[in-house]
Amino acid sequence: MSSTPFLSVRDLRVHFSTEDGMVKAVDGLSFDLAHGKTLGIVGESGSGKSVTNLAVLGLHHPDHTEVSGEILLDGQDLLTATERELERLRGNKMAMIFQDALASLSPYHSIGRQIGETYRKHTGASKRDARARAVEMLRKVGIPQPDLRVDDYPHQFSGGMRQRAMIAMALVCNPELLIADEPTTALDVTVQAQIMDLLKELQQETGTSIIFITHDLGVIADIADDVLVMYGGKCVERGTKQEVLRAPQHPYTWGLLGSMPTLEGDVDVPLSPIPGTPPSLLNPPTGCRFHPRCTFAEQVGGGRCAAEQPPLELVEGRGAACHLTGEQRARFSADRAAARAH
Amino acid sequence: MSSTTPLLDVAGLTKHFPIMGGFPIRRKIGAVQAVDGLDFSVAEGESLGLVGESGCGKSTTGRLITRLLEPTGGRISYRGKDISHASRRELAPIRSEIQMIFQDPYASLNPRQTVGKIISGPMEINDVNPPGGREKRVRELLETVGLNPEHYNRFPHEFSGGQRQRIGVARALALEPKLIVADEPVSALDVSIQAQVVNLLQKLQQELGIAFVFIAHDLAVVRHFSQRVAVMYLGRIVEIADRDELYGNPRHPYTRALLSAVPEVSPDDTPTRERIRLAGDVPSPVNPPSGCRFRTRCWKATDKCASETPPLARVDGSRAGHLTACHYPEAAGDPGEEIILDPGIAAAGSGTDTVVAKD
Repeated sequence: MSSTPFLSVRDLRVHFSTEDGMVKAVDGLSFDLAHGKTLGIVGESGSGKSVTNLAVLGLHHPDHTEVSGEILLDGQDLLTATERELERLRGNKMAMIFQDALASLSPYHSIGRQIGETYRKHTGASKRDARARAVEMLRKVGIPQPDLRVDDYPHQFSGGMRQRAMIAMALVCNPELLIADEPTTALDVTVQAQIMDLLKELQQETGTSIIFITHDLGVIADIADDVLVMYGGKCVERGTKQEVLRAPQHPYTWGLLGSMPTLEGDVDVPLSPIPGTPPSLLNPPTGCRFHPRCTFAEQVGGGRCAAEQPPLELVEGRGAACHLTGEQRARFSADRAAARAH
Repeated sequence: MSSTTPLLDVAGLTKHFPIMGGFPIRRKIGAVQAVDGLDFSVAEGESLGLVGESGCGKSTTGRLITRLLEPTGGRISYRGKDISHASRRELAPIRSEIQMIFQDPYASLNPRQTVGKIISGPMEINDVNPPGGREKRVRELLETVGLNPEHYNRFPHEFSGGQRQRIGVARALALEPKLIVADEPVSALDVSIQAQVVNLLQKLQQELGIAFVFIAHDLAVVRHFSQRVAVMYLGRIVEIADRDELYGNPRHPYTRALLSAVPEVSPDDTPTRERIRLAGDVPSPVNPPSGCRFRTRCWKATDKCASETPPLARVDGSRAGHLTACHYPEAAGDPGEEIILDPGIAAAGSGTDTVVAKD
């Protein structure tokens, strides 16, 4: 193993200029991803999780987006890469699966042709070879009778099959990085379970690194190695899945866990939601972006949370951006865990 | 619950949507069997959860109960009165007692009306004049659902998704209903906001004694909110029981599979719950499987399942009120076992499994 990670994002900022002002969708985000690992990014709508990944793929419109920082994929800076270089990488070395498979597939072209198109572009294969490859990929993702279904159109597939076809398309060139943006959110739980198993299987087989974006901590627990929790365009907590789920350090992560009803917890105890609503990114709160909703801000005292942005201090990739002392965090975290377990 | 008649009683409820086609004369060429013979009842002040995957007919059921749709067959009784084919005029007094909360807080509020107008709408239509005037009542309602009464004159776009859903709840409460049908009331909301709305609904149910039919696909949310739960699959109820019975002792293979598919928030890689992975997709409701509708995805299915429809009945080892529609129910308190079906193999047999209907 080399010491440089496969994907390294440093101080990423993505700002959109709108009529109402500058929207700071991502504001100083850093993370690493190693070969063959899965990074889960959790956050609510508007936390910047999708915007981050569109930046990795270079899909933001340059005219109204300012992207700064550094994104290194295998040592190559993607932010300074030309459009032509990016084109060579997209679909080949890095690929993406979107949430809405029906909207992401072209209704006018057969599934097989859409899968083969990427393959032909990057390998220069003939139509015949591309079709054979499409059949092979469909078989790999568990589509029955792939040699017949390859000529079907997206509307002839069910929701779960379309998502499988999307995965087949993303993996056709054996990408080293796969970005999955809420790939199971629109699916039913039984189909979601199938898709997650499929992704895990394929990852074992090919050693692809995956960035998995979701709002569901249960999905994260199932698939991720490392977890990054985002709030208001910033990373508030990072660590391995075990660290983050077993002993979360940030009040926002506590809030997320407390908001989720489970199949095991005591039903007579009401859920403990996070008060208030997510911040506007046009005009984010001063200091810690979570402080207006945080019930622990007074524990810190002195109005520090409203005045000062807490830094994300990481020790071996583990840490949280919060003004509470380490001792306080450990205590509150244990209290919360006990309250959840009953 | 002193009276023996339930608030709402549904028997054999059926809804088939016709599929028109043919040339040169258009005629009915088939039917989407969205709901096919449902039996259940809701007691006063009780919350019944309806769970199932998309296309199972849970939303159609909600719309039939509120009579937004006309049933094809079966009977709906409200307080013992048959309302299944009641006219608009006959329904008018009952409609004020049955209200609905919709899924999409963006689509279910008129963007050109103020919040005050939206919430007082039901009172205007039914010519209800509460003491102190409608405006006073609306302000009280805003306070009940946790909004600022001063926001009376604002428009829906000035509110966030969670706040809009609260406006929808306030509107449903305006006529002091006895029964609220909530169709996926929290699934469009973020996790942290979802919990706020669930807590609000729970509080209202307990304090105001309103009965709920709570329709959702999220099993954990339903468990939190409902005293009794019915699991639907392809237009039929496959299992219905008290909450603790259903979640603790599921007897239908589909219920088991559904529960095991919910991802668990656990840091450990070894899951504590059993794992059952169903193969393939839900079959089309245009041409549902004969006999038990779940048999095409069931690991226990035999010839009997194809020829005989299992009745929704109490099976050996279940408590009273726990009904299961299965020929081979799971053993009571069955220990976890790992059942994983290969989607490739299983789906190959079912051929064209294009899903037509969505709810």
